[in-house]
Amino acid sequence: MDLRSFFDAVFDFSDYGELLPLVSNSIWAAAILGLVGGLIGTFVLMRDLAFAVHGIAELSFAGASFALLIGVNVVVGSLAGSVAAAVLLAVMGLRARDRNSIIGVIMPFGLGLGILFLGLYEGRSANKFGLLTGQIVAVDTVQLNLLAGVAAVVIAALLFIWRPLTFASADPDLAEARGVPVRVLSVVFMFLLGLSVALSIQVVGALLVLSLLITPAAAALLVTSSPRLVVFLSVLFALASSVGGILLALGGRIPISPYVTTVSFAIYLVCRVIRRLRGGHRHRQLSANTATAA
Amino acid sequence: MNRSGPPVPVVRLRDAGLSFGNRTLWKNLDLDINAGEFLAVLGPNGSGKTSFLKVLLGLQPLSGGTVTINGRNVQRGSKDIGYIPQQKSFSPGTPLRGRDLVGLGVDGDRWGLRLRRKPVQRRVDRLLEQVGATSYADEPVGLLSGGELQRLRAAQALATNPDLLLCDEPLLSLDLHHQQAISSLIERRCHDDGSAVVFVTHEINPVIEYVDRVLYLAGGQFRTGTPAEVLRSDVLSEMYGSRVEVLRSHGRIVVLGIPDATTHQHGESEGDLGPA
Repeated sequence: MDLRSFFDAVFDFSDYGELLPLVSNSIWAAAILGLVGGLIGTFVLMRDLAFAVHGIAELSFAGASFALLIGVNVVVGSLAGSVAAAVLLAVMGLRARDRNSIIGVIMPFGLGLGILFLGLYEGRSANKFGLLTGQIVAVDTVQLNLLAGVAAVVIAALLFIWRPLTFASADPDLAEARGVPVRVLSVVFMFLLGLSVALSIQVVGALLVLSLLITPAAAALLVTSSPRLVVFLSVLFALASSVGGILLALGGRIPISPYVTTVSFAIYLVCRVIRRLRGGHRHRQLSANTATAA
Repeated sequence: MNRSGPPVPVVRLRDAGLSFGNRTLWKNLDLDINAGEFLAVLGPNGSGKTSFLKVLLGLQPLSGGTVTINGRNVQRGSKDIGYIPQQKSFSPGTPLRGRDLVGLGVDGDRWGLRLRRKPVQRRVDRLLEQVGATSYADEPVGLLSGGELQRLRAAQALATNPDLLLCDEPLLSLDLHHQQAISSLIERRCHDDGSAVVFVTHEINPVIEYVDRVLYLAGGQFRTGTPAEVLRSDVLSEMYGSRVEVLRSHGRIVVLGIPDATTHQHGESEGDLGPA
């Protein structure tokens, strides 16, 4: 493939105006998922759950491919798979070390199950590939309503538990001493995380979920420590990645996920550079040393 | 002296006991802790010092007896209690600044979002000023030193204006300068503002001049009294069941010959009541 045909495949903005209305559902879906991913991502990082997100995604993939095989709604299948995985992790893996080994055990099993179901499925092969690497262009109105409904539940629940969840995530010992129900919150959060993972799979696929749930929040954390600003930037970055990714992907012939992951990675890189230019940790340590010396 | 009636102790334990399985940490404990009293809880690892705090926090039920705080049964998350934990650093990526940590102490246990920010901000500013942490209030908690963090912890613990301040080895792994700063903060809260203080420590010397009374836990027994009454060779030898030597030098106390603690089930870090 020469460079020209590469660019033709990746970017093609002819007929852009006519394509746009056709994919308005997908753009809405991407916006919803960006919002959810950006909000929940900061808690995922605070609670050190990046690996768990990956594990949940694989079980979600198994659920979705089973749904595809037996001909029911794929979103429902993927929701069932990821919620089951998330709650299992919440109950079994309270300590981080246990959790990681449980995830390591569950993840390949889920992926294997998913591949089994896809192997048995005899429909369109684009559907199969889509579960792993993203398929949003095919979002219909029924699916969009389902996505929006689940997202609304996740966001409402997150806002309700926001303060105690922040307390319990950042400072569990003290939160417990202050009467915050740390364990209950941990199970509730895993449930919400399961829902969010299942939603994100609809955009970027099971393998690339981290690009919406982790990268935006990680990028935001590089440039600020103010809790409000972190959440705002994280949502902004996730929206830019998901919606921006779709808008870029419209004309090309390849799946949507590389656009989403690339935008999200680019934002992360920019944030790293900004942090480096500001001096990052070293600046603070220097001023701390002079303070104690004085 | 106010003679309007007998003062209600902040903490009242009656015939209190705590055991795990067939191991008794302490039993038949009768203890009143009054407002403005500084009580140091001493003892080797695994003697139930941290569990004693957990009982007062309502996180650990007694095996027997009763405990009340301000005349009421203990309750998880009581606003009457402030809690200063062991110093533990935050990971560098934690999205909280110093002031946010204190803010969690003010209203972190409430549901929903913080809708009215101004009153909380004012309260946080006052608390920061009280503990002398204003200058680094906007720094990320992940970049603060142990001593800076413990000042924030003190502010966090004072957020509900508590009658009882529980401190779990708050000076551990701090340098001498910060040890003095934190312990005098706690002392002022105790003797100037009249909070009762329960100060768990394996090293009494940094707070020896502030301590009104000692609760010494060891070998399934306890002793209470002033430091001069409890920290004596004959008292500790009897508790440990072996020869223990207590030496005093320039107002400091050194205890020699404590047998190695056999259990570490509370995750306390190593170190007995020992030489400074």
